[in-house]
Formats: sequence, structure tokens, C-alpha cells
Amino acid sequence: MARVKLVQIAHARSGDKGDTANVGLIALKPGYYPHLVEQVTADRVKKHFEGICLGAVERFELPNLGALNFLLHESLDGGGTLSLKTDAQGKTYSAALLRMEIDVPDELLSKDSVSN
Amino acid sequence: MIRIANGQGFWGDSLEAPLEQIRRGPIDYLTLDYLAEITMSILQKQRSRDPRSGYARDFVEMIGRGANDLVTRKIRVVANAGGVNPDGCRDAVAKALNHAGIRIGVVAGDDILETLDGMLSRGIEMRNLDTGEPLQSIRARVQSANVYFGAAPIADALAQGSRIVITGRCTDTGLVLGPMLHEFGWARDDWDKLAAGTIAGHTVECGAQCTGGNCQVDWQSIPDFAGIGYPIVEARPDGTFVVTKHAGTGGRVTVASVKEQLLYEMGDPMEYITPDCVADFTSIQLAQDGPDRVRFSGIRGKPATNMYKVSISYSAGFKAVGTLVYSWPNAYQKAKAADAILRRRLESLGLRFDAIRTEFAGVNACHGALAGEPSPDIAEVILRVGVRAADKAPVERFTKEIAPLALNGPPTVTGLGSGRPKVEEIVAYWPALIPKSEVSPRISIQET
Repeated sequence: MARVKLVQIAHARSGDKGDTANVGLIALKPGYYPHLVEQVTADRVKKHFEGICLGAVERFELPNLGALNFLLHESLDGGGTLSLKTDAQGKTYSAALLRMEIDVPDELLSKDSVSN
Repeated sequence: MIRIANGQGFWGDSLEAPLEQIRRGPIDYLTLDYLAEITMSILQKQRSRDPRSGYARDFVEMIGRGANDLVTRKIRVVANAGGVNPDGCRDAVAKALNHAGIRIGVVAGDDILETLDGMLSRGIEMRNLDTGEPLQSIRARVQSANVYFGAAPIADALAQGSRIVITGRCTDTGLVLGPMLHEFGWARDDWDKLAAGTIAGHTVECGAQCTGGNCQVDWQSIPDFAGIGYPIVEARPDGTFVVTKHAGTGGRVTVASVKEQLLYEMGDPMEYITPDCVADFTSIQLAQDGPDRVRFSGIRGKPATNMYKVSISYSAGFKAVGTLVYSWPNAYQKAKAADAILRRRLESLGLRFDAIRTEFAGVNACHGALAGEPSPDIAEVILRVGVRAADKAPVERFTKEIAPLALNGPPTVTGLGSGRPKVEEIVAYWPALIPKSEVSPRISIQET
């Protein structure tokens, strides 16, 4: 197993709906997706965003896109025009999630580096 | 097959993109999204000062500049540029077209400000979809209230021969689904097809955000951001479609760039609710179909709900944000000290705020504690302090406490810029639902 930051195996995009931020996390290769499903749980994302996400975290699976969608409730200081945050729409939360580290089998990484 | 091009992702997007979409290759429809959630209240204020205003002026200018090409290339235009005064927008557009004999359709009826109290008295509470609070709690502060209509009235206006359709508040996705409904004659309960058109609309509604803009995958190699192409949907009657862009433009359309946009502002992917249908994003099958072409298929939908979403704006107090820049050495330490001094002064002045927020740009403004401790040698840090209150007075007083720190606090400070920060009135957004039976779109057609 190799410990990798999500930024090495996934990409993401985030946005807002009121005081809720959404973060879509997408596997860069199909082989990575099961590891995202297994390890990037709603609980782990809630802990990862401690101090930013003050509410619950919900997770939805989109296997057809190799993607997970997270809803981070109470994460935008009221959201929209009420928010005093620089990032009032959570646009950079996508990158914040990519800071998380998970374990991936070595062979999966080496195989990819060969195919690249 | 029809080509539907989107040339505007929000009010404030590129002024040139719609013209490039018209001129750089064949398209049948040009769609333009001008209304953000709070735009309506801004337009409401403009209209109260001048009854002829209250719509997206950028749109009128665009029509003026593109008029010749729109006519000779027989391109139809669908835009939610009407704001709170779609008729006024239509009149201005007619003038910009110099009465070229073009039929303009207007979709109105979305403005429900006058009927709010009637609905409330009949027990339609319009509870906030996020907080559950009833509208009554902020009724006195409401500034605008509009229903999101979908694709159906747009298709109806097109069926009546409109070359340009101007709507008030309507869904972004409806702008794209409307032309498909009209061209392909899809039944209004063919849920899979309506979902396909809706997902096409969602993919292109943010303009270049699906053609390489904001794309995290290998962004350094994305060609020619300066000349980035905006998206085009090549739609087919069977509900499959390709998202692409004009040849020779910058940017990149790949499965990766499209996936990112699909997930943008996503809630429950199996329940993407619009007035037209409920689309299931877990049914989408994507395939790269040549360079800068992504093919969509397999999309499934479910019946529409019997509710319309409404967007209500209300006055929610005041806020202000002040910034100061601290340089090396000990930039972060100085900025933190200045924040503590500022807070002590605000406290001794007895000012009460609903919120005070401090950020250190360069250290933690975007990612908070996840960003870790900065280098002790960090070159500079921006101290950014914001306050919010129901009353204007404490916010006003706050704006006068930033500048003194340029002389009476920690050293090597700059960036005061143009002086005191501005006090902003907060117009907040209240999403709610009403039964569809409460309101009907009104379509009017005029020959220019």
C-alpha cells in the first residue's frame, strides 16, 4: 500500500447552494474509484473539514462517472451574500478535499505510471 | 440535429463570447443566462428608480452588435435577460434591432411579489428550503419574489414563431431544453428525453466551465485560455447529444472537463429537480467522441413534481470587509497582532455584531486549518476582517477603525488602498416552493 494525497489520483469541483457547499470528487482512473468509495467516507470528510463544515456531511455515489458527491452543510458562514468569507461559495473546497490522504495498492500506482 | 450554443454563464461573463458563438461556426440557437440568485433584487431596485429599466442591459448591447449575423445566419436566441421587466427588455431589444421585422416572444408571469400575501393567507407558507423557517418571519423585508419557470413556455414561444425569446426568472436548464422541446416535438411527459435536455442544459449553463475553464486535470496544458471556446450542444431527437465547441477556439472538451461541470452545484444526483422533470445523473454515460467532443447517452428521468421553486430576496442587514497588508519579517505575527488590536478597539467602543470574521490571505483564507502553518519567512500576509450586523451604525463605525492601524499598530503595513471600506446592504436569498397551480407563465409575441 502507498499513502497518497487525493490530488494524485482524483480531481474535483465544488460549488454552493445557500449555506451548503458541494464537493464532487472524481477518480482520475477507473481503478481508483473503489478506493475512493471505501476510504473517503462522509465521516472522514466531516473530520477533514473540521472548523469549516459545522453541519452534517452527506455522500452520494455516481459509479457511472467514477465520482462521489459530498454535501457539506453549514460550511459557508450563512452562504451567498450573508457570508463574510473570501470563498463565500466554497469554490476552493474542491482543492481542500484533495489534501486528504488515502491508501492505494502499490501495483495500481505502478501500473498507471507504466501506462502513462 | 440542432446546435445550441451557450454564450453566457452568468451576468458579468464575457461580452465577446456570445458574438464568437454566432460568428465562428454554424449554430441554430444561442442561449444566454443572465440571472444569478440575487440579480433580481438589484434589478428591482433599478426599476424602482427608472420604470424602463430592470433587465440585463448587456443583452441589449449584445443583440445590437450581433444583429446582422443573427438575421443572416437565422439564429434564434433564448435569454433570461428580462429580469423584473421583460417587456422593457423587449422594447429595448426591438430598438437595438432597428425594427428588422424580427418576432420577439416574452415569457413573463414569474413575478409573484404582488401575490405573496394572498398565498400566505391561504396557508402557503413558503418555508425556507434550507432552514425551514416560514416566510412570515421576514415578510416585511422582502424585495423581490419570482418563480423559476422551465422549458415549456420557452418552447411555446418558439412554436409561435419567436426568433428571440426573452424570459424573466427561469431555470438555466430550461433555456437549452426549450429549443429541444420545440424542435423535436418531445411529449411533455417523455421524462427520459426531458432529463437528457435538462442535463445538456446543466452541462453548458456555466459557459466555459465545461470547456476547460476551471478544469483541474492537466490545466497547464489546456490550450489558449485567452481565446477559450464556449460550449455547443449537438442535440438529436433520440435524446443523445454531444457537447463540443467551435473549431479553432481555445480550451478543451474532455470527459474530465465535462464530469467536473456535471458535479458543479450538485445535490442528490438521482433527484435533480427542475420544473420540467427530475433528472438522474447516475444514468449518464459519457464517451470521448473525437477531439473536443463528448457524447452523452443513456439518460433517465422521472416525472416532474407539482411544485415550482421560488426565489425570494430580502434585506438582511449590513456588512463591511476591511483589509491591510503586512510584509516580512514576521508578517503573519504582525497581522495576527493587528487583528487582536482591532477587536479590542471594537469591543471598547461597545459595538455589537452578528458576526466578526478574520482571515489571513496567504495563510488560511481558502482552506482554514487544512493549509497548516505558514513559513516563518512568509513574504506578506493580507489581514482581512469582516463584520455583519442588522443595524448599519456599528458596521459604519467599524469601517473607520481599519485605517488608523496604518499608523498606530504593528509595523511594515500597507495596502490601505482607497481608504475606508464600504458598507454594503445585504440582500439575502430565500428559496421556497409553491404549488404549480398558483401561477402560470404569460407569453406575449410582438413583431418588431
